[in-house]
Amino acid sequence: MFKTVENISAYYANPQRFMRLAQALHAPLWGLAIVVLALGLYMVSQTPDDYQQGSTVRIMFVHVPAAWMALFAYSFIFFASVTALIFRHPLGHVAGRAAAPIGAVFTLIALITGSLWGQPMWGTWWVWDARLTSVLVLFFIYLGYIALWQAIEDHGQAARAAAILAIVGSVNVPIVKFSVDWWNTLHQPASVSRFARPALHADFLYPLLVMGLGFTLLFLALTLTRMQMEILRQRARTRHNGGAHV
Amino acid sequence: MMALFLALCHQHILLAWRGGHTTLIVSFLFIAIILMPFGLGPELSLLRQLAPGLLWVVLLMSVLLSLDRMFQADFEDGSMDQMALMALSLEMMVIAKSLGHFIALFLPLLAAIPLAGLLLNIDAAALPALMLSMLAGAPALTLLGAIGAALALSIRRSAMLTVLLVMPLYVPVLIFGASSSASALSNGGAVDMASIAILALMSLAALFLAPLAAAAALRVALR
Repeated sequence: MFKTVENISAYYANPQRFMRLAQALHAPLWGLAIVVLALGLYMVSQTPDDYQQGSTVRIMFVHVPAAWMALFAYSFIFFASVTALIFRHPLGHVAGRAAAPIGAVFTLIALITGSLWGQPMWGTWWVWDARLTSVLVLFFIYLGYIALWQAIEDHGQAARAAAILAIVGSVNVPIVKFSVDWWNTLHQPASVSRFARPALHADFLYPLLVMGLGFTLLFLALTLTRMQMEILRQRARTRHNGGAHV
Repeated sequence: MMALFLALCHQHILLAWRGGHTTLIVSFLFIAIILMPFGLGPELSLLRQLAPGLLWVVLLMSVLLSLDRMFQADFEDGSMDQMALMALSLEMMVIAKSLGHFIALFLPLLAAIPLAGLLLNIDAAALPALMLSMLAGAPALTLLGAIGAALALSIRRSAMLTVLLVMPLYVPVLIFGASSSASALSNGGAVDMASIAILALMSLAALFLAPLAAAAALRVALR
């Protein structure tokens, strides 16, 4: 089993082969993402209003999957960076770079939709709730990762420095989560009570799961497209430098 | 080995002193503190309440500003390439530099805290806990900062980028540091040992892990 995984990953270390696979996957993946998202949106439109929150509850169907994606994309970047640094797989750097702006945008969507929901529900656009704070810090980790990629001119150096940062950041994320939980409970006990929500009713749960799947597919499709772009850009750069490998 | 370690540390301290960085960074701390009453209003009771938190934030900003001094000069004049060939591993070199940074820049900042606190009308009872928490968090701040400084090394104007890279790493230290001094303030100066212990734990973890990351980043820049 492990041997097969190794063989497959060694096979796709050649960007030419990866590009062939990516081209084959491109259209089906996008098609599936669009279909599932459309289905999810339709299911969301059929949900009843919440008896407490009214129609604002529907923000949740974008907010929660976006927050999932914020974490999923970061885990993706972490694994891509480990693959690149430790196993020296050339696609790792490409995957990390491709996924970062997408993850950052999902994080921003989670923050903005959360804020839009918080205004009518909590009466304020922003609270220094533990969860909000840690997602905000995650957003800045994304920004740092993207900025480091952009700032270092040498492509190989930028790739490895960014991978190190991604790994450091992934150690940091749980520590931030732990400390803001501690901080928040110490300073403002239940001023913003996370209302103990009864287990999500099936009317809400299934649309949410479908939206979650749709967001995951959308993330994968976007990442695949950006990986293709990145490989093409590298090829153009190599050609521009007179064929020298950069 | 040990002699090399101490020599590196000593050199870092001398460079910081003679280059005037120590004076500059302490001046920055005071400037930032002096601006606070203009922004917040001169009311002494308000300042007294905010003083420990403001001092922590300003200390963090001072440390952040000092980070581009950590490896930059050695990298630019080529000494870093020589250091990479030394008998001392790059990891130990990072620790030596961080220790030098701590002595040359962090300790003077810490020494300035009581005076800066005076300007903010700080409750004298809160000072010991505040300074103890800063001391406990200092290794974490310096070593995590070394990661950011090493990552941004090959970039010419890297100060702003270093701030962006290091800020998320500093959030936990600030949270525990500021809350320990806040609880000291409300408990009449009693030191909150729990958060001091967590800060010390973070510092120890940083002492083991940060040199690995910083040295890896240095190797990337030195390639």
